[in-house]
This record gives sequence, C-alpha cells and structure tokens, in this order.
Amino acid sequence: MFDLLIEYWPKLLQGALLTLKLTFSAVIIAATLSLPLAILRSNHNSIWQWPIRLFVSFFRGTPLLAQLFLIYYGSGQFRLELTEVGLWWLFRDPFYCALLTFSLNSCAYQIEILRGALQAVNKGEIEAAIAIGMNKLQQYQKVILPHCYRIAFPALGNEIILLLKGSAIASVITLMDLMGHTRRVFSQTFDISVYLWAALMYLLITSLFVWLWRKIEQHLNRHTQRPSDHHNLQSAEQSTTKKYPLESANVR
Amino acid sequence: MIKKIRSFAFCTLLGSLAFGQLQAAEAPLRIGTEGAYPPFNFMTADGKLAGFDIDISRALCEKMQRDCSFVAQDWDGIIPALLAGKYDVIVASMFITEKRKLKVDFSDPYQKSAMTFVIDKNSKITDISPSAMAGKTIGAQGSTTQADFLSKVYADSEIRFYQTQDAVNLDLISGRLDAQVGDIIPMLDWTVKSTDGKCCKLVGEAITDPTYVGDGVGMALRQEDDKLRLALNKALAEIVADGTYKKINDKYFDLNILTLK
Amino acid sequence: MNWYDYLSYGPTGWGDELMAGLAVTAALALTTLPFGLLGGFLVAAAAVSPSTALRNSALFFTTTIRGLPELLSLFIIYHGAGMLINHTIKWLNPEAGFFELSPFVAGAVALSLVFAGYSAEVLRGAWQALDRGQREAALAIGMTRWQAFRRIELIQILRLALPGLGNLWINLIKDTALVSVIALNDLMRMANVAVGVTKKPFLFFITVCLIYWLICLLFEYLLSALEKHANRGHFKQQI
Repeated sequence: MFDLLIEYWPKLLQGALLTLKLTFSAVIIAATLSLPLAILRSNHNSIWQWPIRLFVSFFRGTPLLAQLFLIYYGSGQFRLELTEVGLWWLFRDPFYCALLTFSLNSCAYQIEILRGALQAVNKGEIEAAIAIGMNKLQQYQKVILPHCYRIAFPALGNEIILLLKGSAIASVITLMDLMGHTRRVFSQTFDISVYLWAALMYLLITSLFVWLWRKIEQHLNRHTQRPSDHHNLQSAEQSTTKKYPLESANVR
Repeated sequence: MIKKIRSFAFCTLLGSLAFGQLQAAEAPLRIGTEGAYPPFNFMTADGKLAGFDIDISRALCEKMQRDCSFVAQDWDGIIPALLAGKYDVIVASMFITEKRKLKVDFSDPYQKSAMTFVIDKNSKITDISPSAMAGKTIGAQGSTTQADFLSKVYADSEIRFYQTQDAVNLDLISGRLDAQVGDIIPMLDWTVKSTDGKCCKLVGEAITDPTYVGDGVGMALRQEDDKLRLALNKALAEIVADGTYKKINDKYFDLNILTLK
Repeated sequence: MNWYDYLSYGPTGWGDELMAGLAVTAALALTTLPFGLLGGFLVAAAAVSPSTALRNSALFFTTTIRGLPELLSLFIIYHGAGMLINHTIKWLNPEAGFFELSPFVAGAVALSLVFAGYSAEVLRGAWQALDRGQREAALAIGMTRWQAFRRIELIQILRLALPGLGNLWINLIKDTALVSVIALNDLMRMANVAVGVTKKPFLFFITVCLIYWLICLLFEYLLSALEKHANRGHFKQQI
C-alpha cells in the first residue's frame, strides 16, 4: 500500500495540481460573469431575464458529464464552422473545453446564489443609501454588494467544493487530473489502494479549503463580533455560525 | 413497532445482498467483452453485442457444449472485473503481454495483430519516428498496449488516453489529434470500410515489437482456472480445424487474422 | 439519414436504445432513493444522539462522503467492494463461487451512500429546527418516545426537510449519469454507444441533455406543488 504511494506520488501530485488549476480558474471566470448576470436577472424589467433564466435552468438541470460531452465531442462535429469564426483553438484543447464547461456550470449556480443574496439585502440599508444621496453605482459598491457577498459567502464556498469534486469527470475527456492519474495507475497496477490514496488527497484538499473559507468568513464578519469577544475564539465561532445577523434583525 | 422496523431493515439489507447472487460452479460461462471496439466487439443499433469476438465466443461455447452469456465492461476495468469474478473469461481482442500475465492467464492466441499509426488524409506527417513526432498530439485508448507503447517510446509528444477506441477516432476526425496509434486490423477496417473513417489513413510501417504486441491476442482468464483454459484451447483448435474459424474470419476480414497472411 | 431517423425506434434508429437507457436510469434513481433516505435518517439520528462515539462516526461519515468526488466513491465501491467481498468469501470458504457485484448494485450502493451523506445533514438541520416543547408535551401526555417521534416529530421533519431533500433528489438523478463510466447501460452510456457508431456527438448529447432537463423541470414542478401542499397549514413567512 505504501510502496504504491512511494512509486506514484509525483503523478498523483501532478494530477492534484491540474485539478486545482482547473477548478479555481473556472471559479474565477464564473465569479466575474455571474455578478452582472445576477443583477440583470434580478431586474424584473430586463429583457435579459428570460435568456438568463433559461441558461441557469439548463446548466442546473442537466448532468455535468452530459454538458462536458456535449461541449467537447459535440463541438468536434462543427470543426469547420468553428474554424471559420476563429474559435476552434478553444474547442480543440480538452483543457479549455473542460474549463468552459465548468465555468458555465458554476456560473449558473453562482447566479442563483447571488440572486438570492441580492434579494436578502436589507431594503432599509438601500433606502438609507438613497437618502444620503448615493447614486446607483455607489449604492452597489458601498452597500448592496458587500452585504450580498457576505450573505452569499457560505453558499459560494459550497459551490466551489461541489465544482472541485465535479471536476473529477475531466478525466473522461483525456485530462490527467487527480482522477485521471488515479485511474491510469489503477489500470497499470490493479491495486485498489491507489483509489484510497486519491480519496485521502481529495479529502485533504476539500477540508483545507473548508478551513480556509471559514477563516475568511470570520474575517469578513469580524464587525459583527462584540469587542469583548475579540480574543475569545469560542464565542467568535458562535457569532459566525449565526450566519446572517442582519437578516435575523430584519425578521424581528 | 420497533421490532417491525428492525426486521424491515434486516430484510432490506438481505434483499440488497441478494441482488448479486452466488454463482454456482457449472453455471453458464460468462464472457466479458468491451462492446466498443468494432469490428471485434460492438453494440448494434438494436442494443445487442456483435462482432468477431462475439462470433468466435459463440463458436467456442458450442464446441464446449456450454451456455454462454455476455457481459459488457468498460476497458479500464476489464481485468479487475475478471479478477473480481464478474465473468469468467475476457474475449475482447486483448494482447498477450508480460505485464498482463502477472495478473491473468491467457489462452492460446486466437488472432495475431500489430499496431499502426493513423493520420488525417491531408496531414503532412510522413515520418513517425519519436523525434519527428515530438510536440505532436497523439491519441490512443487508455490501458492498452498502444498506450504503454506511446508513453514509453513517444515521451516527447503530447499523449492523450481515451476511454474507448471510438472516442479516439472521433478526435482524430475532428482534428484534435495529429495522429493516433491503434491495432492494425480495426484501423484498416475503419479507414477502408466505414464512411467516417474515410478521413484518415495508415502511415508508416506496422509496429510489431514483441515487447508491446506480445504473442498475439488471447482470451484472458483467472490464473486458477486452468481447466477452463485447457477447454478453451481445445475448442479453439477444433474450430480452426473444422473451418468454423475461417468462416467467421472471412465474414469480417479480407486476410486471415490468425496468421496475418 | 436525417436527425429524426437517428432518434427513431427500430433496428437502425437509436430511440429505443435511449429509452431503454432511460429506464435503467430511472430504476437506479428509484432504487437508490429509499436506501439513501433510510441511511440519511440513521446517520442523522446518530448525529443528534447523546453518544459521543455515534456522533463522531456520523460526522466522519458525512464529512468523508461530502468531501469525495461521487465518481471516486463509485470506483471505490465498484472495484474495491467487489474485491473485498470475494476475498472474504474465499477466506471463509475456498470452494465458494464468486459474489457478483453488478454495475447496477455498485451504482445503487455508491449513490445511496452519497444520498445518505447529504440527506443526513438536511434531516439533522430539520430535526434541530423543531420546537423542543412539542416533544416534551407529547411525552407529558404519555406517548412513548417512539410514538412522539412518529406522530409529532417525523411529519414536521419531513415538511421542514422537503425543499432540501427535493434538491438532493434532483442531484441524484443527475448523478446517475456517472454510472455510465462503469459500463452500466444507462441513458448516458447508450448515448455514448450511439455516438461511437454514428459519429453524431452533438445530436445525441444534446438529446440526452434535453431529456435530463425535462425530467429535472418536471420534478422541480412536482416538488414545488408538494411543498405548497405540505405547507398549507403554515403562513408564508414574510421577510
């Protein structure tokens, strides 16, 4: 069991790096796209509302694996057309195809999360911002978006983890991510323990990420802690588990 | 009430175990194959397995006077599934190699084969030496001898491994791959006989290095199943002798694939 | 051949194969649901139990299952559990035959574990959101703990957990596509087979996407109707 790890750990590590690269590039692309789309989607007069709803519904309503096959193999059928419009380089490369699929998929989920968070921003805060003469941009910059992201933060963390795990299917379109290397080692050695090592690595990555995300969340919510609690870790944790202090104040 | 729930839970547990049943010793011979490797084994549009491997298996079963059932299995897991007892023998055009012999036993070869490079008809590649192919993207099906060959000999090329041979073909057609390495017989079949394979042609000499190609293609069995191995060898010799083999061979190929002549 | 010829029934079209694949997908999802839900209840019960050992094992289970890619869990069950069971059987009785863990069973077991891991969290949340006083009242009027659970708590847990469980059910339907990788002839794999033969990837993959989409939309609709029904006695909370 350990000799397998000694022989193959560079491969597994290399795979894990590709997994991380793929996931986080996709998350960042999705994050940049999802905010404007979520704002457009929340505006009820927008003509964009229906196309965005359709987009979100499709990517949330179909398996990621089917989306990946559709974009990778499906695009191969339109090589000539894609070459003509100068996009074939993008679809030719399996990494870009996976990146595109994961970005679109994550974008759909992030739009839904942000839309909910935008709705949950306290209306009084916005009224106050208008009252002191902020224009639309300032309202978003100084009031709405900071609240929105603080509310959406835990859900966004969950979404990133889901994508990280979902990215394991990139191995079916020849990408040698952690899963890809694991399957290759298994097919060479028929040794089941490689799957257990891969499981450990995935668990390590996800738990590190959860820990990190929680730290950032505590940092973002530091103003909601009472000053006397500042050095008391236990109560700091308590105050962050109460996720939406503003919202609960609102309900009351 | 609690008792009821407990017995229910127990029953469901038993029920779930009974899904897979213990196989008796003289049950029908279960044959594992891939079902994605035309013309040797593939799925027809009415959802049945067909191909050279399937026909040969049926002929062998008839000679051994045993009932046979077929199990389709993903190529990556085809040896592990044999070892796990999902079926008793693999008839899926598998090369007999030293590495595989560490895990499974093989019958006598029932076909010979070699590997070949395949490229787009409009491709400018003429030299397939490792130095000339450096930087080029080459594809092959994963967990195959082609895959081993590529990763050892063509280390400077970008190598991609696919789940199925069909997927490699798709990406050669779409131009994602500069070249692929496959078994010569299915590749000949694909490029000459099929409509979609018209895009592509074989290039260079056939690769017959015994380190990779081994002693030909055999049926793989668990190492303890000596009785079955001998029975299969005997049946194979019989169908070669009485012309059944040739009849099946000619249905699919223009040359005799047992001798490659 | 036109696109509708490819999707037609009969010996040349792939419509009947896709529908057979859809039946396998449906069978897998429907088999998984009761086992996954039962597992979820057990794990949730362990998570709120007074025993530290039980609580920790529940925590370990949910963290592991939720931290692993579903595809990896599937491979571990499919390759690993089969080997393990056979080794055990051989060890107990060298003469015994082979235990066959079919792709269907492996898929159902793996997906049940995943469903159990996620639904346990949803159920635990619902459980903890219950008003404690109701249970105390039930015990006070002489119900046994089991009666209090079944008559008072369970119904409310189900109502509170319904939106979460509904989401998990839709996720489960989508996750069944993963079993195509271990050669179970589900909808996704039949599409792959069809693509291999016809070399029409776009047509078949867009078709299966639309089929999955339709199913998910249908369940979204049904679940929202069910939620409305379950909440009929409750005022909608205005925020």
